[in-house]
Amino acid sequence: MQYTLRVYRYDPESGQPGRLVDYTVELEKGATVLDALGEIKAHQDGSLVYRRSCRSGICGSCAMKINGFNRLACETQVESLGRKPIHVEPLPGFKPIKDLVVDLEPFWNNLHRTLPWLINPNPPPTDKERPQSPEEFAWLEMPMTCILCASCTSSCPSFWADRTYLGPAALNKAFRYEFDTRDQGFGQRRDTLDNRHGLWRCHTIMNCNDCCPKHIRITEEISWLKRKVVEEKY
Amino acid sequence: MIVHNHEVVIIGAGMAGLRAALEVSKVGDVAVLTKVYPTRSHSGAAQGGMAAALGNLDGDNWEFHMFDTVKGSDYLGDQDAIEFMCRNAPELMYEVEHMGTPFSRTPEGKIAQRRFGGHTLNFGEKPALRACYSADYTGHVVLHCLYDQCVKNSVRFYSEFQVTYLIVKDGICRGIAAWDIRNGGLHVFNTKAVLFATGGYGRVYRITSNALANTGDGLGLALRAGLPLEDMEFVQFHPTGLYRSGILMTEGARGEGAYLLNKDGERFMKRYAPTLMELAPRDLTSRSIQTEINEGRGVQSPEQQAKGEPGDAVYLDLRHLGREKLKAVLPQIFDIAENFMGIDPAKDPVPIQPTSHYSMGGIPVTIQGRVIRDAQSTEVPGLYAAGECACVSIHGANRLGCNSTLDATFHGRHVGRTIARDLPSLSYHDLPPEAMREAQAEMNWYFDRSSGTENVADIRGELQNTMQKNVAIFREEKALTAQLDIIQNLQRRFKNIHINDRNQRFNTEVMEAYELGNLLNFVETIVVGALEREECRGAHWRTDHPGRNDVEWLKHTLAYREDGKIRLDYKPVVITRFQPKERKY
Ligand SMILES: Cc1cc2nc3c(=O)[nH]c(=O)nc-3n(C[C@H](O)[C@H](O)[C@H](O)COP(=O)(O)OP(=O)(O)OC[C@H]3O[C@@H](n4cnc5c(N)ncnc54)[C@H](O)[C@@H]3O)c2cc1C
Ligand code: SF4
Ligand code: SF4
Ligand code: FES
Repeated sequence: MQYTLRVYRYDPESGQPGRLVDYTVELEKGATVLDALGEIKAHQDGSLVYRRSCRSGICGSCAMKINGFNRLACETQVESLGRKPIHVEPLPGFKPIKDLVVDLEPFWNNLHRTLPWLINPNPPPTDKERPQSPEEFAWLEMPMTCILCASCTSSCPSFWADRTYLGPAALNKAFRYEFDTRDQGFGQRRDTLDNRHGLWRCHTIMNCNDCCPKHIRITEEISWLKRKVVEEKY
Repeated sequence: MIVHNHEVVIIGAGMAGLRAALEVSKVGDVAVLTKVYPTRSHSGAAQGGMAAALGNLDGDNWEFHMFDTVKGSDYLGDQDAIEFMCRNAPELMYEVEHMGTPFSRTPEGKIAQRRFGGHTLNFGEKPALRACYSADYTGHVVLHCLYDQCVKNSVRFYSEFQVTYLIVKDGICRGIAAWDIRNGGLHVFNTKAVLFATGGYGRVYRITSNALANTGDGLGLALRAGLPLEDMEFVQFHPTGLYRSGILMTEGARGEGAYLLNKDGERFMKRYAPTLMELAPRDLTSRSIQTEINEGRGVQSPEQQAKGEPGDAVYLDLRHLGREKLKAVLPQIFDIAENFMGIDPAKDPVPIQPTSHYSMGGIPVTIQGRVIRDAQSTEVPGLYAAGECACVSIHGANRLGCNSTLDATFHGRHVGRTIARDLPSLSYHDLPPEAMREAQAEMNWYFDRSSGTENVADIRGELQNTMQKNVAIFREEKALTAQLDIIQNLQRRFKNIHINDRNQRFNTEVMEAYELGNLLNFVETIVVGALEREECRGAHWRTDHPGRNDVEWLKHTLAYREDGKIRLDYKPVVITRFQPKERKY
């Protein structure tokens, strides 16, 4: 089948603003947007740039805006897309670097501000695991699947308005540790979370949930975190 | 050219690189270079689990684990190394848990464990519950946890730096050169120690479970620096890759009870491995699947049906596990089947085929992780390797599932300790100017290819297709010899590649071409090793030389590139507790 992709091209060295360029490619059944980009790069224009690695939805490299919606290029079948030509643009909300590649430094910095590691001053038992019940583990099953693709944060209007807002991905990470029964880091994370650039910047607009490729219900997690912050206060 | 000094440079931020970084950063100045952001490393794709004889659900112990690993390796694994790892695996696993990795749990709150191919109780009696898992996101959660620990310990990362050159002179490693992908430009790192943790090379084949970044860069760099590669002919094909793309459907699926069916709906594994059935080791299971396909019992795709062509897949049947269980313990498998094949695995069986998955061979190292340069185990001062790019050798001729995340994390930690111990006696050495010139000239060559005429993607495609055809699960002399000619022809064509993009910044066209050049440089070691080894052992199966031949071939291959040709040498296998026996499951 033939498909046309309308791809955002931007070269900072050219001094020109970005523009949309059409490419027509022949693709097999089941081909993904990443396959289509690969075909363009292989046989039409080698200078097209995008990030990718696993091509199986687990490394988080290839999030981009496809037909107006943030998703993973490697997981999106070309056939499944309604609008033609297929629009492929970089993740919004971050500084463009080149073509479909954006600067994710602010994303990583926000993530790191939540102290994303297990905090527990008590030494673990020797030669044994720290106990945790299946029910307690169940709280981690959803947040732990986050692949840090940045789709959610990129779609968040609160983040567009405030670059120091932690954003949904960092809050998901905070949830992952805060609701881990082995963690006791609340005292250290509280100020970052209970802050107008933290939890309280989220206005429950839900964009984040809608585009998460791992179906993480981030807004639910944010409410749990809000509840925890409030409960610990009073 | 920007020059940096770091006592230790670690190349790669998968499980091996990150775990080593945690260790080295305690005592020295360490920098981790990685061509993809650390959490994007392919370790994150590991689904099924990590092996350790915790015995949380049965009477498992490390000696059973050791035996299974030795037997799985078809007796080519070095038993001193295997013993060292299996004995200490439980302690390592607890450490990984203590760091904060989330694990699925038993009702008593212990780490949950599942069955995996070739892992047994009582030296082969019945399947053991040994694979520690976190749903089917095990690699992902361990990788992220190790990354989190590195952030906590302020480990210095150079992300999106692609190492292109290893500086070894007078038998001493002095540093590396790396291309800054984002800003462009070559950086030279002067070091006391370099650790390779660059992962595998599944991308040599067309059908693979590996990431696009898994191009074996570290192996090419080592070979070019005059160092040998060990046991390269042993490439693992995982039995269950998604039809056509090769994306992995974890062995954990069979660990949870999934079946393999041919086109007649027969559980054909009963004819190949009556005791372990679907949980036989990977080499045997992949061969069984390929035999079913070759003998006309493969499942046809709709297109093949229409054209009346024979099928080249079999089914992985998960239906009897039920939707609820699938969603609970194999959620990623569920999504993958849906997203990439449009199949609901609770309703329909999933077509699969063997997929190139893991490199048993690699840069030869001692148990301590020091790189060696010959069969006498002469060490290269300042050079270390761990993880999938290294060959200790734990996995011999065939790796057992779940032993690789263990290997990468265990040896990552151990080599980190070795480096920490060696550091006081290591020093910086001068960087030879000619090496720096060569490193720069090489990159200039890539940026100056606008007048070339050969297409990089086409050469890569041809390499992958022909390797798939000639050097995959079943091998024979004629095809192997033909493949050597094909490779030499592709190497010639590579000299005339065309590169369109002359931009310094984010020039992934050059980076991909570099990766291909590197692949073409070391891929012959796989073919020559396979051609010379006239026997069947583990993943290496010569149809023209049936049977394992311990008298002549119970030895490791070392492959060097000298004067443009591959020269082979051999190194003895370490056998301690378990004498080679016929391998039956
Ligand atoms: C789909 C899949 C599923 C798997 N499932 C399991 C499982 O369930 N259990 C199990 O035990 N094993 C499993 N394995 C195998 C296991 O995951 C890997 O062998 C192991 O994770 C390798 O870890 P590593 O640290 O050696 O390399 P990787 O995680 O591959 O990391 C390599 C690193 O090197 C860097 N790098 C490479 N070249 C360069 C360069 N030139 N310059 C700079 N950086 C470079 C990369 O950026 C990356 O950071 C699986 C493998 C695959 C492919
Ligand atoms: S719900 Fe909150 S975090 Fe999610 S997009 Fe809206 S404002 Fe952002
Ligand atoms: S929460 Fe979802 S959308 Fe956000 S970074 Fe993680 S995986 Fe991506
Ligand atoms: S390439 Fe890894 S998530 Fe798409």
